[in-house]
Amino acid sequence: MTAITYREAMRQAIREALVRDDRVFVMGEDVGHYGGCYAVTLGLLEEFGPERIRDTPLSESAFVGAGIGAALGGMRPIVEIMTVNFSLLALDQIMNNAATLLYMSGGQFNVPLVIRMATGAGRQVAAQHSHSLEGWFAHIPGLRILAPATVEDARGMLWPALCDPDPVLIFEHAMLYNVEGDLADEATPVDIDKAAIRRSGNDVTIIAYGGTLRTALGAAEQLAAEGVEAEVIDLRCLRPLDTPTIVASVARTHRAVVVDEGWRSGSLSAEVAARITEGVFYDLDAPVVRVCSVEVPMPYAKHLEDEAIPQVADVVAAVRGLGA
Amino acid sequence: MTKAATSGQSGSESGAADGDRGVHLLREMLRIRRFEERCVELYSRAEIRGFLHLGIGEEACAVGVMEALSPDDAVVSTYREHGHALARGLSMRATMAELEGKVEGCSRGRGGSMHLFDAATRFYGGNAIVAGGLPLAVGVALADHLRGRSRVTACFFGDGAVAEGEFHESMNLSELWHLPVLFCCENNLYAMGTALKYTESETDLSLKAASYRIPARVVDGMDVLAVEAAAREATQAIRAGAGPQFLELRTYRFRAHSMYDPDRYRDKAEIEGWKERDPIPALVAQLTASGALGEGGLDRLEAEIALEVDDAVAFAEAGTYEPLEDLERYVTSEAAPQGRTP
Ligand SMILES: Cc1ncc(C[n+]2csc(CCOP(=O)(O)OP(=O)(O)O)c2C)c(N)n1
Ligand SMILES: [Mg+2]
Repeated sequence: MTAITYREAMRQAIREALVRDDRVFVMGEDVGHYGGCYAVTLGLLEEFGPERIRDTPLSESAFVGAGIGAALGGMRPIVEIMTVNFSLLALDQIMNNAATLLYMSGGQFNVPLVIRMATGAGRQVAAQHSHSLEGWFAHIPGLRILAPATVEDARGMLWPALCDPDPVLIFEHAMLYNVEGDLADEATPVDIDKAAIRRSGNDVTIIAYGGTLRTALGAAEQLAAEGVEAEVIDLRCLRPLDTPTIVASVARTHRAVVVDEGWRSGSLSAEVAARITEGVFYDLDAPVVRVCSVEVPMPYAKHLEDEAIPQVADVVAAVRGLGA
Repeated sequence: MTKAATSGQSGSESGAADGDRGVHLLREMLRIRRFEERCVELYSRAEIRGFLHLGIGEEACAVGVMEALSPDDAVVSTYREHGHALARGLSMRATMAELEGKVEGCSRGRGGSMHLFDAATRFYGGNAIVAGGLPLAVGVALADHLRGRSRVTACFFGDGAVAEGEFHESMNLSELWHLPVLFCCENNLYAMGTALKYTESETDLSLKAASYRIPARVVDGMDVLAVEAAAREATQAIRAGAGPQFLELRTYRFRAHSMYDPDRYRDKAEIEGWKERDPIPALVAQLTASGALGEGGLDRLEAEIALEVDDAVAFAEAGTYEPLEDLERYVTSEAAPQGRTP
């Protein structure tokens, strides 16, 4: 076991992919000379050269589209978009091409593309750099949406994502890059289909992913001190959702809290709550509760930002409200 | 008949219709024209539904460009792509079956008129998002560049696409990375009902490409020999490593934008004026004068093509619909992901 940051784990994963498969290349804004806006790709240009670590112009639509085209042409591109906020300029390519080509072509053209991007709030960068829009992407058939929340997943999800014959979007919560975790010295594969139970308990199920996993685990710890044993599920894969793992847990605990940094209305948390009621309604002892971001564009001032996003105390309060 | 298989064999660059070669070009244009005329009939009988955009009048662009491509080159197209598809070598049968929504169609009936696809001829689709295919074409060419393959990706789009950001981003990126893309702008002067002069501050579209340092040629898109010659020069330059090239093909659609369009925005006189430049009679006259098209030659061509169209329609009508159980197939790939374990 070695302690390693999430950023470093991600970099190792990219590096390993570049070494293993010469079809893999990295492209995006400032991925080369700058080293990546979150320093994930730092040093890779020096090691792999400018053909495989490609700095792009500020043209999200063109370089995401070029990633799709290169994937069609037999490559395995890793496209980095600085943050999900800028992915909106490439939404046309992601939705109208990446997600639809296989279907529209009657199965002829699959798109083995990986797009990585940062998401989430917490760094006081206000309303155009802080939103959690991965739930929007999880709406789209044809895409796989991953949200690594741990160092192990940051290290282990990229390779299976590259092996997926279809487009995969990886959302990296910006507050996780500096977080350290222990990683086995021999990197082991992770699956990208299943949710993970990060803590076992029988009194309530807390469902989280990405940046909110730590919030959920923090809440579970506090609750344990009060004698409430929470089970914490890390969704990991936001599309397709691992419904069986979710409903099996709630069938046991009879209570569910969904924690999502996205807004509540029309959200991923709404989808999870709906699947719980569809699946195990009669096992519930209380309505499903959601802890989401307050429905405002993310404010700059620290106290407002903290108030706007789910905190440990909010989750604890939500669980107490269930009478667990 | 497959263009992809026959191209690259003639050295004709003179602009003169020499013999068989000219007849071949004529045949290809006629195939597209008669196919699309039949589409109009089928549309009025509701055998074809949805959006139907015809390229009648613009056939020389499709045929001239495809002539300059090799089988392993790629094509990225638009929603007005029947001509591109047929000239590229998609079978008339599979194309017609697609328009009729049959599973025997080139996209299993999932795409319809706007989304013809064919892996065998590297035809990466009709794309119904204006300019949406340009970034894709840049990427297909990037893959060829990275693999060291000497291939060209031909990318078709209309004059309307030039106003989109994706056009400008793609111009810049392709030249910056020196990628083997042949940009073919079919400038028919209108984007739906809006004339170019109402939407562009600079209506000379070749200047836009040139501003990105991409060599740009303005070509008479009503003259198949001129298009072919320009496309050959451009593809040769690309294969020689000159980076992307741009053709502005000045052309005109004789019919409305789509079957829904009442065509209120164009002068009858303007349309009639362009019809006098119809690329098909022009080539027929040339070939007749040169003797390449002998007595009864045109009639024989027409008869052969009528048979091919009839056969395609019969094939489509005998076709079947994709079973409902297959509705959700191909949302994601069916092949089990390989090598999931590092
Ligand atoms: C992004 C986008 N905006 C609008 C439309 C609606 N639309 C379809 S075709 C068209 C005109 C495009 O004109 P042009 O590029 O000149 O091609 P042409 O139809 O003349 O061949 C428009 C506006 C669309 N399909 N995509
Ligand atoms: Mg036009």
